[in-house]
Amino acid sequence: MIRQTLESITGVSIYPIFSFILFFSFFTLMLIWVFSKKKSEIDILRNLPLDDNQTKA
Amino acid sequence: MSQLTIHYDNRIVRDFAIATLVWGVVGMLVGVLIAFQLVDPALNLGNQYTTFGRLRPLHTNAVIFAFVGNAIFMGVYYSLQRLTKARMWSDKLSKINFWGWQLIIVSAALTLPFGITTSKEYAELEWPIDIAIALIWVVFGLNMIMTIVKRREKHMYVAIWFYLATFVTVAVLHIVNSFELPIGFLKSYSMYAGVQDALVQWWYGHNAVAFFLTTPFLGLMYYFLPKAANRPVYSYRLSIIHFWSLIFIYIWAGPHHLLYSSLPDWAQSLGVVFSIMLIAPSWGGMINGLLTLRGAWDKVREDPILKFMVVAVTAYGMATFEGPMHSLKSVNALSHFTDWIPAHVHVGTLGWNGFFTFAIMYWMVPRMFNTKLYSQKLANWHFWLGTLGMLFWVIAMYWSGIAQGLMWKQFTPEGYLQYPNFLETVTQIIPMYAIRGVGGLMYLTGFCIMIYNIVMTMKSGKLVANEAAVVNEMEKSHSTAGESWHRKLEGRPLTFTIWVTVAILIGGIVEFVPTFLIKSNVPTIAAVLPYTPLELHGRDIYIKEGCVGCHSQMIRPFRSETERYGEYSKAGEFVYDHPFLWGSKRTGPDLHRIGAKYPDAWHYNHMVAPTSMSPGSIMPAYPWLAEQNIDLRLTPKMINAMRSLGVPYAAGYQDQANADLKKQADKIVASLKKDGIKAVPESEMVALIAYLQRMGTDIKKSK
Repeated sequence: MIRQTLESITGVSIYPIFSFILFFSFFTLMLIWVFSKKKSEIDILRNLPLDDNQTKA
Repeated sequence: MSQLTIHYDNRIVRDFAIATLVWGVVGMLVGVLIAFQLVDPALNLGNQYTTFGRLRPLHTNAVIFAFVGNAIFMGVYYSLQRLTKARMWSDKLSKINFWGWQLIIVSAALTLPFGITTSKEYAELEWPIDIAIALIWVVFGLNMIMTIVKRREKHMYVAIWFYLATFVTVAVLHIVNSFELPIGFLKSYSMYAGVQDALVQWWYGHNAVAFFLTTPFLGLMYYFLPKAANRPVYSYRLSIIHFWSLIFIYIWAGPHHLLYSSLPDWAQSLGVVFSIMLIAPSWGGMINGLLTLRGAWDKVREDPILKFMVVAVTAYGMATFEGPMHSLKSVNALSHFTDWIPAHVHVGTLGWNGFFTFAIMYWMVPRMFNTKLYSQKLANWHFWLGTLGMLFWVIAMYWSGIAQGLMWKQFTPEGYLQYPNFLETVTQIIPMYAIRGVGGLMYLTGFCIMIYNIVMTMKSGKLVANEAAVVNEMEKSHSTAGESWHRKLEGRPLTFTIWVTVAILIGGIVEFVPTFLIKSNVPTIAAVLPYTPLELHGRDIYIKEGCVGCHSQMIRPFRSETERYGEYSKAGEFVYDHPFLWGSKRTGPDLHRIGAKYPDAWHYNHMVAPTSMSPGSIMPAYPWLAEQNIDLRLTPKMINAMRSLGVPYAAGYQDQANADLKKQADKIVASLKKDGIKAVPESEMVALIAYLQRMGTDIKKSK
């Protein structure tokens, strides 16, 4: 019944292909981008919470 | 680069902190009360405003939106100003955010005990309050985004990403799930029906957990954990991966709340797959948090703040491991509808949300008041009372949940149910309910100790309402050429927000579009007809009394359930259910096939005094149902509303609806009279009996 229901939707067969492409590219691009970040920039970013420049009023 | 002195707004943070404490006590107190109501029904206090069914949503709303909600605002308003090196964009909007939110909470407390509810879990508030929530949420978002736009720090720290994702997604979830058709000032019907309503609701419910209880706290973790440990986060790269994969995957997993239900199988499988995938980003985040403490574990021994944080992050890890496990169909078959689920939830709320909130407060309040924490010793007491209370709570409920789940499924060697009487499986676990209540009481006691400690800390110092900070003036353009695209993306919070929106919308669209496309294909059952006017009224009573909090209407396709309850539930049976009432917990038995199972008189007596029909029952008594009348003036409006939602009532039926209603009511009154009961035809009781007797009977006619 599920199969029939699904088949009655036009163009449903692109869903698996679409999802594979979507997820594969999403995670690949994200990982490539994350690991291509410069260490100097990462260091600035991770220290942001600790860098307050605060003076007590 | 010139320097300038700016002032952070600490007053608004303090206000949210106080609100967190006040609503925390209210929410937890109601929680403890309803916990003990399941031990002794007398604690329902004999009036309609304090029954379990009406107080349970009050508890969940109070702890989620009032306690945790205010804690989120508190933490965000503190950390955002410091991470952007800018005061909140508008003090006025901050104030509107604060008072608006408190007003919403008060209106929740003034409606839920009166039975004014949509019955959708964690979205129970009626439509005028829904609109108010949307407006105040936008005020919060606007204030936050403008602060980010006006920031004096070039980079956008990962915590801010989590805050933005929280804002965007909660807005989308809240609006989509709140589509409802008002029929009066405080009454509305969900636009969606049956299977679709269930899918939308649990897409909302699941992601409310994700984006109200998880992402804002992850943002807070990435700010306050490094602060408290005085060292940067373990891996910033991991935090980026954590962020994008979490928000991308989380949104898809909602259907795992509907396994083995009438939801189409493909949607259930989708929910399972994504739930399993969720372990990766969740544990990535947990590990990142815990490893931030590497080399600082000696501090954890002494510092109660770090202790709270370690337990909180560990609880997050436990809950996010357990969630995917529950999403496996074989585990879900046992765990669903049992106390195992509240146990799982309370690891998250008591451990992750509660403990992290406590840690933030202990860290922040002394700094804002320019003083020291009043008592480390009391903070340690709080820690141990809270931890023990939590353990009592969840271990008792794991035990009772698994025990009851097994009892429901147990067959004798001859092939009969070992515990054919549902009540037998309840009375066995009542001692566990008592232990749970004690655990909750311990947790609440610890919380009260904290309130004393925080108040004394505030008294010993003076609020630095406007905290001065010297910051660098930022160059005009912060997206110079040659920077990577994500840097540019970060530089532009609006663009960033749009991408976050895209990431979270994909999952929702993929789930909804086919489900709404197959609307015409939900196998309709010719014998399933719209409810009669009297049954519609009865259904509203069912909603008003919060019956859905303890009774499901979803018989799963297991032999143990079809033996106990009857034919399993079909998608086509719910096409006229605005809203759906499948429920998520069986403190009492499933009711989908309750129709025609008992005589009318049984229901009457059972409502007035449950123990008269089921000795040992922990259901509260509902004597007022026999005394209060339904509002017949509403009938035409109800019929019209249902028709515009697609229920096929004939044109003009609204005018003869009340006549039909009276006919059906008289029949029930006559049947009760035969058993020596005098009932009022317009009473809520008669309407409720009509609904109960109809439930799940349509498909029997077709045979």
